[in-house]
Amino acid sequence: MSIKKLVVEPLISNNPIALQILGICSALAVTVQLKNVFVMCAAVTLVVAFANMGVSLIRNHVPNSVRIIVQMTIIASLVIVAEQFLKAYVYDQWKTMAVYVGLIITNCIVMGRTEAFGMKNGPIESFFDGIGNGLGYSIILIAVGFFRELFGSGKLLGFTVFELTKDGGWYMPNGLMLLPPSAFFLIGGLIWIIRTYDPSQVEE
Amino acid sequence: MSKQNETVKTIVVAGLLCFVCSILVSGIVVALRPMQAKNAEIDMKKNILMSAGLLNKGDDVEEVFNTLDTMVVNIETGKVTDEVKASEYDQVAAVKNPEYAVKIPSSEDVGGLSSRSKYAKVYVKKDDAGAISTVILSQWGKGLWSTMYGFIALGADFNTIKGFGYYSQGETPGLGGEVDNPKWKAQWVGKKLYNDDGSVAFKVAKGQAQNDYQVDGLSGATITSNGVTSSIKYWFGDHGYKALLNNLKAGGL
Repeated sequence: MSIKKLVVEPLISNNPIALQILGICSALAVTVQLKNVFVMCAAVTLVVAFANMGVSLIRNHVPNSVRIIVQMTIIASLVIVAEQFLKAYVYDQWKTMAVYVGLIITNCIVMGRTEAFGMKNGPIESFFDGIGNGLGYSIILIAVGFFRELFGSGKLLGFTVFELTKDGGWYMPNGLMLLPPSAFFLIGGLIWIIRTYDPSQVEE
Repeated sequence: MSKQNETVKTIVVAGLLCFVCSILVSGIVVALRPMQAKNAEIDMKKNILMSAGLLNKGDDVEEVFNTLDTMVVNIETGKVTDEVKASEYDQVAAVKNPEYAVKIPSSEDVGGLSSRSKYAKVYVKKDDAGAISTVILSQWGKGLWSTMYGFIALGADFNTIKGFGYYSQGETPGLGGEVDNPKWKAQWVGKKLYNDDGSVAFKVAKGQAQNDYQVDGLSGATITSNGVTSSIKYWFGDHGYKALLNNLKAGGL
């Protein structure tokens, strides 16, 4: 498979959230503010890419009986590294999303890709497969975060777009958008749009 | 491959992988620690300034913080001590250090804290004439689930509250967690701690605040509210900062 295809395919036509329904948990948790979404997406994309590459590098030497725990070890190490970087460079964001960074370890996309792709393909393809899936995840998260921040608090990336009534403006914020379940409605809506655009994704 | 060999290989692979991963993780942790410590320090300074309402949007934290004087005070005598350096002393951590911890007699222990630190780290802001305009003190208390750590700032009369806030608490979000609500914290400003006969009169009211010594209660969070009340009562009582505040009122430490 060409590298371009590896990166582009998971964006829409084989999106990890919209088609494979993986990694929903963090899509609910960190999407209240777009700023956190970007940090989370960068962390997840890099972790998937490097975990996939790392697993792929040693795939021929990993005994079948311990392969899951080997993948887990690599993923966990990378997540700790990612968390340390966030703590050093974007401390404020790290503080608001602390526990969810650690939970990247349990993000199904990461382990799903290492098991399904990294164990069977070369390191370069695996790296780009990880990037592609990370970006596919990011697209959905950014879309969800965009609507939640805009309609929930009238802002985008912390800048006021709709003046709120409590600050003397006209916009009455939608409280539901601040709560995690709203991400379910938004993801459902996105899946609907994607499947209308590409009917081959519709399940029988 | 024989079964024996396979077991050996599994162990070798697992061992090597763990070794490589642990080197990677510990290397990164050690390399980034100075930056993280710096961030945590700035964050703490920000908490101190915000609890006193001294930080405006866009201000540089370090710059504003440098306008404060930091000193270490013996809580019992209320006098400045030079036994420990301010830069090395952490009042919260001191409670766990036998050298710096003091047991609170049960008759005094209204907040249920059981011990406090021997020394307090006090932040003072002086006006242009050199008189103290704000004093910021550390305080903590037990809520329903957690110990809530924060600061309280007093004005030039060492009685009127200038600001209050917790930087760490684990109370129920939406109920006790409302101790972090800016609107609620804003009520503290201008309230008084001591009544005319010098005892701590401040409390979190049940329901609406009735007078200058009260703030509104937090609905659905009686235990957290009581925890706040009793911790303030302790910290500003005879075993707490009273000696220190009396010295400040008398004109010096």
